[in-house]
Amino acid sequence: MTTAPVDIELARSFGLKDDEYETVLNIMGRTPSLTELGIFSVMWSEHCSYKSSRLHLKTLPTKAPWVIHGPGENAGVIDIGEGLAAVFKMESHNHPSFIEPYQGAATGVGGILRDVFTMGARPIANLNALRFGDPTHKDTKRVVDGVVRGIGGYGNCMGVPTVGGEVNFHSSYNCNPLVNAMTVGIARQDRIFLSAAAGVGNPVVYVGSKTGRDGIHGATMSSAEFDSESSSKRPTVQVGDPFTEKLLLEACLELMATDAVISIQDMGAAGLTSSAVEMASKGGVGIDLDLDHVPQREANMHAYEMMLSESQERMLMVLRPDRTEEARKIFEKWELDFAIVGKLTDSGRITVRHNGTVEADIPLGPLADEAPIYDRPTVPYERQPALVPPADPCGIEKGLSRLLAGANGASRAWIWNQYDSGVGGQTVQRPGGADSAIVRVEGTNRGLAMTTDCTPRYGQADPYIGGAQAVLEVWRNLTATGAKPLAMTDNLNFASPENPRIMAQFVEAVKGIGDAGRALDFPVVSGNVSLYNETRGDDGSVTAIQPAPVIGGVGVLDDVRKAVGLAMPQDGELLLVGETKGELGQSMWLKEILGREEGAPPSVDFAAERRNGDFVREQIQHGAVEACHDVADGGLIVAVAEMAMAGNTGCVLEKGPAGLPEHVYWFAEDQARYVLATNQADAVMKAAKAAGVPVSRLGRIGGDVLALDGVMNVSVQHLRQQHGSFFPRFIGQEEDDAPVVHLDEIS
Amino acid sequence: MKTGIVVFPGTNRERDMAQAFRVVSGKAPQMLWHQQDNVDGLDLIVLPGGFSFGDYLRSGAMAAHSPIMQAVRRFAEKGGYVLGVCNGFQILTEAQMLPGALLRNAGMRFLSQDCHLKVEGRDSIFTSGWKHGDVFRAPMAHGDGNYTAAPDMLDRLEGEGRVAFRYCTAEGHVKDSDEHVNMNGSARSIAGVLSENRRVCGLMPHPENLTEEILGGTDGLPLFTGIMEALG
Repeated sequence: MTTAPVDIELARSFGLKDDEYETVLNIMGRTPSLTELGIFSVMWSEHCSYKSSRLHLKTLPTKAPWVIHGPGENAGVIDIGEGLAAVFKMESHNHPSFIEPYQGAATGVGGILRDVFTMGARPIANLNALRFGDPTHKDTKRVVDGVVRGIGGYGNCMGVPTVGGEVNFHSSYNCNPLVNAMTVGIARQDRIFLSAAAGVGNPVVYVGSKTGRDGIHGATMSSAEFDSESSSKRPTVQVGDPFTEKLLLEACLELMATDAVISIQDMGAAGLTSSAVEMASKGGVGIDLDLDHVPQREANMHAYEMMLSESQERMLMVLRPDRTEEARKIFEKWELDFAIVGKLTDSGRITVRHNGTVEADIPLGPLADEAPIYDRPTVPYERQPALVPPADPCGIEKGLSRLLAGANGASRAWIWNQYDSGVGGQTVQRPGGADSAIVRVEGTNRGLAMTTDCTPRYGQADPYIGGAQAVLEVWRNLTATGAKPLAMTDNLNFASPENPRIMAQFVEAVKGIGDAGRALDFPVVSGNVSLYNETRGDDGSVTAIQPAPVIGGVGVLDDVRKAVGLAMPQDGELLLVGETKGELGQSMWLKEILGREEGAPPSVDFAAERRNGDFVREQIQHGAVEACHDVADGGLIVAVAEMAMAGNTGCVLEKGPAGLPEHVYWFAEDQARYVLATNQADAVMKAAKAAGVPVSRLGRIGGDVLALDGVMNVSVQHLRQQHGSFFPRFIGQEEDDAPVVHLDEIS
Repeated sequence: MKTGIVVFPGTNRERDMAQAFRVVSGKAPQMLWHQQDNVDGLDLIVLPGGFSFGDYLRSGAMAAHSPIMQAVRRFAEKGGYVLGVCNGFQILTEAQMLPGALLRNAGMRFLSQDCHLKVEGRDSIFTSGWKHGDVFRAPMAHGDGNYTAAPDMLDRLEGEGRVAFRYCTAEGHVKDSDEHVNMNGSARSIAGVLSENRRVCGLMPHPENLTEEILGGTDGLPLFTGIMEALG
């Protein structure tokens, strides 16, 4: 722990800018104590204050008749019918996952789970959106292996099924992987718990694990870029204990079934500081904490360390005084710490005592209100001109084979086979079975569809399209199962906002998300921003990540039995819904086959998305569709191949329309398209015409080869082998250093 | 039939198990907290999957010493029926109510995927819902499922028809050394075993997760219908 005097130097080392430190001095009217400086620095960190992003986030659509709680709570809450609510959010744990992949990813999962059960919901599903470096980079395997083990280790032990997600590889993530974890929970609408504290004199109660020295200043670390010293920051990474979190989940839900809880907040980033400050600020009350009563794992901890510790699996609650003993008994039953650590006051201040000394005494109003907000400068973003379609160097069959065998097109089964996707007994579509995961709502015939998506290479070329397209693809993935998309959560991963070009990426992406959300009645109900995702090399050069405005979406199925998957049935016809102009710019084919990341990404058309999607959903609900898959990375041929591989069935495709080169037709990534497998092709075509929806015949299902007249004739079995070959080869490749096996993660 | 499901701190498949019993019987089983030491009046006790006590130390090791396991042991000694699935199987071996032990999976990774099982056990309510030699699909979800026992014990289990289930291909072929078939590397592909009196059964995969068409199939249902028919 530092013994340096509190001054501007120390403030800088805590991540405060000089003018921010000036504001602190003005608020306090004196030099702050070490603990006070620590509190200001974490509350005003980018991670906690959203100081660079807040102005822009305000522009997002957040309302709809089915939104119960939008952004501002621990998670978003939406009405899913029958008096029930879905509670969900996505959150990043990027920086810790690079420094220590296993614990970084594990505690990311733990954190997002707490955000959801803090609100009174039982978590029913986890998803994760992962971006890793180039597979040939020396560090990528370590990160992939650790992150996957960490996610599995935590989620599996918690008994929450990990049902979906996505994975990308790109060299811009070599030293800055992205780990975004999403949890969806279900609660009764009349039993949602919020964080605003109330009732002067009411006890403030600490439950869960003991506080240690782990994770101190984690929020500050997450608000700075990486450099070659980053691995020395390992002590700022928290260590997870999923077993304790499982106990905390059950104890909290048991307590929430009583009327003891007035408000509750998990201790995530900035631990006790942010939970206490948020609860008191939101409730418009003051809070007194006596750290002598905080359960401690280590001896001689200083107030500064306790206030900034990010030890996991902890909650802060305000209880009804007459229910305190009842609550204590529940936590004792679950063998968790339970301690009254303070009370609410009418002082409007946070006052922290330790060993009889006041270590911090800060007015809450200014701490919140005078938090810095930046309207950071941007520069106009240079968009790329449309791509002139290049010639096909290898043919469609070879091209398809290479896409399916490449890191970004390969089967993710190696990953999801390490995640328990069935625990809970409600999983209707496991990973790979449908465009979205589908989980039944226990005790009903309803289902929730959920998915995450983002295509960073589109956003790199045009951040507005990057933001909008992520929303559209999520909405499409929900629609392709037959679900009605309800709302989304966003996890905005960008490099430094202090770079005007990066800030422009951010602003444009948020505009794109907002426009798409408004056009589709698909509001944002929760989210998270992760900035400074860049790496400073020893030579001073900076590598920024490709921007990743990741969207997580939730939709509802009134009757889960009507949902469809993507596996091709044994017979029937394939139809294409949507128009193909032949947009190859920024396509997967261009990148993987020609090694080029060029051109404008596919254009977005909100009206066409809505019209085509509404049509597809209606046809699924009518029972006219056997299987459905949206067209995304790799274009039409990859979509068809994925359906064929999932169903282990072949099909005979018809050639594309005259006027488009064959490879452009099959590999283009035009948006708003779906492939349907149906036994009622004529009726579906007729209905499409009536609805003004473009539809065309793709081919006939049957046999065991994927055939395209004179161009391609490849067995589905062969494609499956290609598709499954990447991960085992990547992870199994020989190296001097054998993969690290973590003793605590497997059982 | 009265069924009790034991809940340890860290148990996480008790709801799945309860749901499977509800599907076949229409009745919800009773949940039993690990600290209770009375299991009177029950016909069947189920130890479900999960990570009891975090599976710290060894999977199932601490749960095996909890108060309720003394009661479960007495219950079994009096001829009571006990089913342990996944972590429940691990607990039963740690409590020495079933022979052998579950080691870390051969590939050193958590395995969550479907496997196929061949029904081999005889004269047991836990296999009576199938015909001898039937093959069914079941999800597995474990890190420590690699069954092992001393060779003479393995011989004895086989000789006495106490190997309840064996990992196999979809066509019913047992391939001990094929990592795609015997995925966790179990000795002689053993996925489940029976006690001497055939009233205690442990298995690693999760038939309880395949008991409704909407959840992916009903391959697991015979486990529960067999129990129901026997115990009423």
